[in-house]
Order: sequence, then C-alpha cells, then structure tokens
Amino acid sequence: MSKQTLIPIGPYHPLQEEPELFKLYCDGEIVKDVKWETGYNHRGIEKLAEQKSYDEVFFLVERICGICSTSHPFAFATSVEEIVGVEITNRAKYIRTIIGELERIHSHLLWVGLAGHFLGYNTLFMWAWKYREPVLDLFEMIAGNRNNYAMFKVGGVRRDIENQKIPAIEKVLSLVKKKTDLLVGAVMDDPVFHARTKGVGVLTRQDILDFAAVGPTARASGVDIDVRRDDPYAAYPLVNWKVITAKAGDVFAKAEVRLLEMYESVFIIEQCLSGLKKEKEGDVEVKIKHIPEGFGTGHTEAPRGEVFHFVLSDGSNSPARHKIRAPSYTNIATFKKSCVGQSISDATISLAAVDPCYCCTERLAVAIDRQSGNRIMNAKEIISHSASITNKLLQHE
Amino acid sequence: MGTNLFYFLVYPGFLFMAVIGGLLSWFDRKITARVQFRKGPPLLQPFYDFFKLLLVKETILPARGAKGLFLSAPVFAVFGATMAGVFILLPLLNITSGFHGDLIVIFYLLTIPSLTYVMGALSSGNPLAAVGASREMKLILSYELTFLLVMVGIIIKSGQSIDLYQIIHAQQTGVPFIGSFSGVLLFIVAIFCLQAKLAMVPFDMPEAETEIAGGIFIEYSGTPYAMIKLSKYILLFILPAFIMVILMNGTKLEGINILWAVLKLVAVVLLLTLIRNTNPRVKIKQAIRFFFVWMNLLAIIAIVLAIFGL
Repeated sequence: MSKQTLIPIGPYHPLQEEPELFKLYCDGEIVKDVKWETGYNHRGIEKLAEQKSYDEVFFLVERICGICSTSHPFAFATSVEEIVGVEITNRAKYIRTIIGELERIHSHLLWVGLAGHFLGYNTLFMWAWKYREPVLDLFEMIAGNRNNYAMFKVGGVRRDIENQKIPAIEKVLSLVKKKTDLLVGAVMDDPVFHARTKGVGVLTRQDILDFAAVGPTARASGVDIDVRRDDPYAAYPLVNWKVITAKAGDVFAKAEVRLLEMYESVFIIEQCLSGLKKEKEGDVEVKIKHIPEGFGTGHTEAPRGEVFHFVLSDGSNSPARHKIRAPSYTNIATFKKSCVGQSISDATISLAAVDPCYCCTERLAVAIDRQSGNRIMNAKEIISHSASITNKLLQHE
Repeated sequence: MGTNLFYFLVYPGFLFMAVIGGLLSWFDRKITARVQFRKGPPLLQPFYDFFKLLLVKETILPARGAKGLFLSAPVFAVFGATMAGVFILLPLLNITSGFHGDLIVIFYLLTIPSLTYVMGALSSGNPLAAVGASREMKLILSYELTFLLVMVGIIIKSGQSIDLYQIIHAQQTGVPFIGSFSGVLLFIVAIFCLQAKLAMVPFDMPEAETEIAGGIFIEYSGTPYAMIKLSKYILLFILPAFIMVILMNGTKLEGINILWAVLKLVAVVLLLTLIRNTNPRVKIKQAIRFFFVWMNLLAIIAIVLAIFGL
C-alpha cells in the first residue's frame, strides 16, 4: 500500500474563505479520498428563531448567508403565509421575484469571478466583480442595502419599487446583459479555460440522484429540477422563462449553466417590471394580525439550489419549531464523487464548482487618508455616499 | 579583485539588479492592476514589501524541518540569480566582454534559483510545500530542455558562438536575431520558458495560492522570505535582459539608444505581464505536455530554419 499524504484545505485556506475543512488524502498529486468537516460556524439559528417574533425572524434568516440573503426570507415568508392561508398581492409577488432574480444575477457573477480566481485567472475575477457592482448599487437603490435587503415580511414586502425607479433598473439590466456577453466570451472561448474545466469533477445523472444534489449542480448534469418551475411560487407562474440544463456534469457545464441562467434572470426581471407598471403603486402588503396554529413549508430556488423552510406555529407570536435546509449542505456531499481520482488542481476547482456558500460580504466603512490623516468616513457620510449612488442611477432616465 | 567585487555587488551586480528588478516588479503589478480595473501600488511598494519582510516581520522556522537547508536555500537563490545576472549584464551593458563559453555557464546558473526553491521547500517538511516542490521539479524538467533548444538555436544563428559578447556583436553588425523567421519562433518559445522560470500564471502551479496556499514558499516568513522575494525581483530583471542579449540586439549605452534599451526591457516585461493576466493556470500535466510537445517542436523547427539561414 502506498503512503498517502494528507493535504488539508481549511479550516483557513485561500480557497475556502469560509471555515470548512476538506481533507484530501493524496498519493502524489492524485486525490484518493476526501473527508470534510463543517460546523465551524454553527450559530444555532433554528433555536434562535424560536425566541424571536415572526417579524424578527426575517432579519435572522437573512443572515444565514450573505450572498443568497433573500432566498431564506423568501422561503420563510412562503411557509408562514401557508400557515395563515393568505394570498399576497401581485405587486408584492413581482417585487419578491425581482429581488430574488437580481440576487441570482449577483451571486452567479460572484461565482464566475471566484472560479476564475481559483484557476489563477484573476483578471476574470476582478472583471466579474466589477460588473456585479451595478447590481449591488441597484439593491441599494431599491432596498437601501447592498446585501441583507430586509425587503420581506409576512404578507408582502416592506418597500415598494416605485414606478419612477423602473427605468433605472432597466438600464442596469441592459448593462448586465452586455457584460454577461463579455464574460461568456471570456469563459466559453478561452482554450485554456476549456482545458482546465472540461471533463473535470464530472458528476453523472445517477450521482446527482444518489447524493440528492440540487440547483445548478444538478442541472449541469442533466437533472432537470428547478423549484421555480416545479412548484411555482411568487410571480414565476406569471412570467415566461426556461430552465437551463447541460449534459456533461463537469465544471465547465456548471459554469455554462450559471452564465446562461443570468440571461434568464434578466428576462424574468424585465417581464416583472412590465407587470409592475400595470399594478397599483403601494399595494404591496396584506395586513396579517395573527398567525394561527399549524405548520407550513416553503421552498425557493436559491442561486445554489433549493432552500427549504419548515415552520410550526402554536398560535403564539414566534415559531414553535423552525427547520431550515440550505442547498450547499447536500451539494457538498458530491465531493466524494467529483474529487476522488482527480489531481489536486482539479479537486480544488471541483470543490469550488458547487459554489459552497461564502459569508464574505463585508463592506468598507472607514476610509483614512494617510497624507492628512483626518478623513474618517462616519455614518452620515456613508449614508450620503449611498444616496449619491442612488441619485446617479436615477438621473439617467 | 576590487573591480570584480564592485561588479558583483554594486554595478551591474546585486544592488543595481535589485533596484531595477524592484521597479520592474512594480511595473508588473501596476499593469496587472490597471488590467483588472484596480488602482495599483505606489512606485516603491516592492521595496516597502522587501524591507518589511527583512526588518519588521518575525522569522518562524518549521519545527520539524531541516533548518540549515531551509535557511540557506534563499541565500543560494539570491547568489545564483546575482551571479547569472552579472555574467549577462557585463556584456550587455558593454562593461567587459565576458569570457569564453559564458552562455553555457549562464544557462546553468539560471537553474540555481529554481533548484534552491525546491530544496528549501522539501526541507520545510510541509506536505503542501512537498506538493509544490514536486510540481516545481516537474516544471524544471519540462522547460529546461526547451530552453536548451533555444540556446542551440541562438548558437547556430550566431555562427557557432557560445560567447554573449560575440552573439551581441553578430546582431549589431548584421540584423537582430528576432528579425528573422526562426528568430521570431525562438522568441515565442523563450517567452514561455521565461514565464515558467518566473513561475507566473499560466505556470504558477508550484505556488498556486488557491490550491496549495503558496506551495513551495508556504513555510517561509520574515528575512528568508525577503530573500526569496529579492531573488524573484532579480530574475524579473535578468531574464528579460537575457532575452535582449540573445535575440534583441543587446544594447548600446549612448544617446537615444539608452531609451531603446529601456523600452525593449519594458516591452518584454509587459508581454510577460499580459500573458499572465489573460490566462488561467494550467495543470502540471498540461504544462509538461505543452513544453515537451509543442514548444520543443517549435524550437526544433526554429533550429532547422536557422540551419538553412532563415
């Protein structure tokens, strides 16, 4: 038996910014076995949710993940509304869908950049993140925050998207579409990128079914699942779009699925915006006085796959039980198939290909000028800076 | 003796190369930043980095490593790079005419930094460094043959001369070697060899930050790491300078020609930087195949063309 070396990826490693430990047992460059440890970042969110009122839980579940921060409130709102048995207004549905799809765009852009970074292609990394920035600015205009938008509540949304803001959103969308073309070109036409990702980390259809993988990971292997279509919620039944799938199941197919999904997201948002114009402004909320006893489930398609929430209500103002299943948890199990037998170089990009959720959404808040040493950005200046970005977006109507 | 020591330590040796290398490193980083829509570092950033590592940061030694070898490897790397640099720059800057057969000596000296990196990595006892070292060794084995073929091509083109001075002289009296068809092929091959020697993307797999977290240099910190950085700065200067000698006409240090010399140097570094910013990292297997099959083929075609005087 040959001697195996343990190559640790994590708990702190440039590949995985989040604390997770992957133990690659290698024979030379070839990965023979992989084991992983998660749970370094356990926060007890399900238990915490039982101590908070329904309105507060939204802010809590939003912080499960910084990148897909809307998918959790989305699923939670759906499950609580199932308990109450209330149908929200069309305008609220459209707004929820817009937020969800904008989030998918920025999350996929983030992944494309990171995939480039993991392959040593830092130019792609910086470019993708530069073009992600207008989407975040858009969020700032709509919700006041770049991440953790705090848009959802039981019975609707907290803020309306006023009709006068729609042209600014449309403008950013056309920019995103143009820049996606550019990134698709950079990824799909680069022979070295092909050489690095084609046939790497292959997951067959059977593997996906065995491990119950979800989202783009499953769709890239030809498993045609998407909660948005299979169990429609919010405004998805009201708009036209198609589920993107690929056959190969390798890293390249996953990149392809994500890039093409961005076009679909843009398409969905455009239809939602035209739908929004027909609805009455300000009609975004159904007042709910009391959550009755019972249970409800809600699942939404997050950028990484299906998010599932189960809420049990005992008639009080906080959930009696709240169960969450996030997509990365099932997707990570596929590493057992996708990494074993590959070289270390291939294994790392296979690890990254399922887009395990990172919580790296910190934002610069303080700026000190070294020369004069006196300029520190305070809360007031940050707010005025934020307002100026929003104004800039609104001006070019 | 005194003159030689001056050559080695000050001009065109250690000090001169370190300063120019640092400036070129800044240029590389600045161009990279501009390509990526970033602002980029200030002019003296490479020197700040170096002195911070040298004077401020603590040096941590691996508990289970071979400490002597671990610490001496970076010193050897700097010495090897400096020695090669002196032999390249003396004829290039028209200071002395070098000695008979210095091309061969330089070829050997240029492999020393890479070999010492491997030594240092293996003596650190870190599994990630071991992976990096094995990659670096495979990389050396793949590009050295190709680099040797480039030398053969140059020797044939210069009329069986193995002196740098003669090679420069042959170009300055006739046409620069890059002005011919075989010269262009040799230039392409040499650029990729340089990319691998400098461990830049697409051939940075020995360091591969996102795979093996710095690989061969993972255990280095403080002063030894400053030495490694220094050897990298020096290599970033002398390898493009070597290309100038063997393919691009050398330099004449008078009047407008000084500007030409600087432009040629900067152009080569710019080319390296742009290649590194427009490609993902390849796998070590792919790199070996790239050099063994394609680059060797190209080099051999160039040699055949050179024999027929094209």
